[in-house]
Amino acid sequence: MARTKSKPAVGRKIQPAKARRILVMVATRKGAWLYHGDAARKSWRADGPHFLGHVISHVVLDPRDGRTLLAAAKTGHLGPTIFRSMDLGRTWKEAAQPPAFAKAPEGQTGRAVDHTFWLTPGRAADPGVWYAGTSPQGLFRSEDGGVTWKPFSSINDDPQFRKWMGTVQDGTPDGPKLHSIIVDPRDSQHLYFAMSGGGVHESVDGGRTWALLLKGLDVVEGFDRAQPAVHDPHCIRICPSNPHRLYQQNHCGIYRLDRPSETWVRIGKNMPKQVGDIGFPLVVHPRDPDTAWVFPMDGTAVWPRTSPEGRPAVYATRNAGKTWQRFDSGLPAKQAWWTVKRQAMTGDAADPVGLYFGTTSGELWMSRDEGRRWTCIARHLPEIYAVETAALS
Amino acid sequence: MKVLIPSALRSYTERSEAEASGATLAAVLADLERNYPGIRFRMIDEQDRIRRHIRIFVNGEQVRDLAQPLNASDEVIIVQALSGG
Repeated sequence: MARTKSKPAVGRKIQPAKARRILVMVATRKGAWLYHGDAARKSWRADGPHFLGHVISHVVLDPRDGRTLLAAAKTGHLGPTIFRSMDLGRTWKEAAQPPAFAKAPEGQTGRAVDHTFWLTPGRAADPGVWYAGTSPQGLFRSEDGGVTWKPFSSINDDPQFRKWMGTVQDGTPDGPKLHSIIVDPRDSQHLYFAMSGGGVHESVDGGRTWALLLKGLDVVEGFDRAQPAVHDPHCIRICPSNPHRLYQQNHCGIYRLDRPSETWVRIGKNMPKQVGDIGFPLVVHPRDPDTAWVFPMDGTAVWPRTSPEGRPAVYATRNAGKTWQRFDSGLPAKQAWWTVKRQAMTGDAADPVGLYFGTTSGELWMSRDEGRRWTCIARHLPEIYAVETAALS
Repeated sequence: MKVLIPSALRSYTERSEAEASGATLAAVLADLERNYPGIRFRMIDEQDRIRRHIRIFVNGEQVRDLAQPLNASDEVIIVQALSGG
């Protein structure tokens, strides 16, 4: 297979991150852990648990200052909040005003945030800006580094959006979610987000107006694909080296979108038939827009949400989805019935790219060679909800 | 009045009892929030509903309405419901 650096980046040249320490942020159903790696990514030091017993949906490092962490938290009893650390997790402070929906007018039933699910930092040009997606579906923004949050745009209470969001009963098992909040790296006004359910949405005016991006996407048989409510995007990623290109792992397949086209192309049709193209996470290469990785799961019959046939594997494309290659070296060869959630697989910016995923059974795996060989770097964690990385200086 | 604080909320109060005042349960919770910022939202959602796995008792009786009048001698107990573990 060709090495990544042999391929030219399209549109934006992004240099590989120099050898620096890697931080892996692991969010689980029972707390958060930080794994500090060396520059070779061979030895790892566990720092945790943080917030033992809290349901942590996402932990993200602010790439603009390299030291501020945000963690989306709740517990079995307590309502949702955001914790902030400005010293890489040594101390934490709760947000003064976590994401919360507007109070409903008298006589109407309002919504309450169950948990913040997704965190996205703004561009370097917008220090302090963060976006949050919640369950049930809500979009929020902070302009002070995550201390205070306000509903963003008009979608949370827009009757049309509320119809597309459906009810809690229409959502995924852990509640319907707004996720995949993407800020175009070239333009702060160009935003995407997705809802499970509720489809894919794009704004080119900083969130004042939104347009649907559903063309080409399949839906479950028997439903009307013209209805946004029945669309279930699982994870969308934009290519840093070519922001005209997005990839999507959907409830109904794997897709690629090359803007300005508005039609998604189902590149998952090229996956092996016995594996299929159902799954949750998707990772894009930091410098090669033709390369992406997915982690297929069993979406047949009753949707077991396990690795197909109990044989976990990562699939990679190096040609924008024309072909896919199976990578399972080092992973269990059989009887491994875990899978990987939509936020629980990611990459770093090194060369070759390091890949990381956390399993529903609490194992953290990594590959130093873009997926060819895998090593388990932590076991016996709680169910892993999200994995993120950052390069520390 | 005395308010008993469950273990899940003692990261705010740092003890099992807190003093708060107010003529209603809502006012007592607002007083708690003034002294322990952030504590109210962990118990009461943005629609002023008591969260699903939080229970509040006044003198041994469960209270579901934040407008419940209270006296200075009342004892308020906030507990974690068994369902939320």
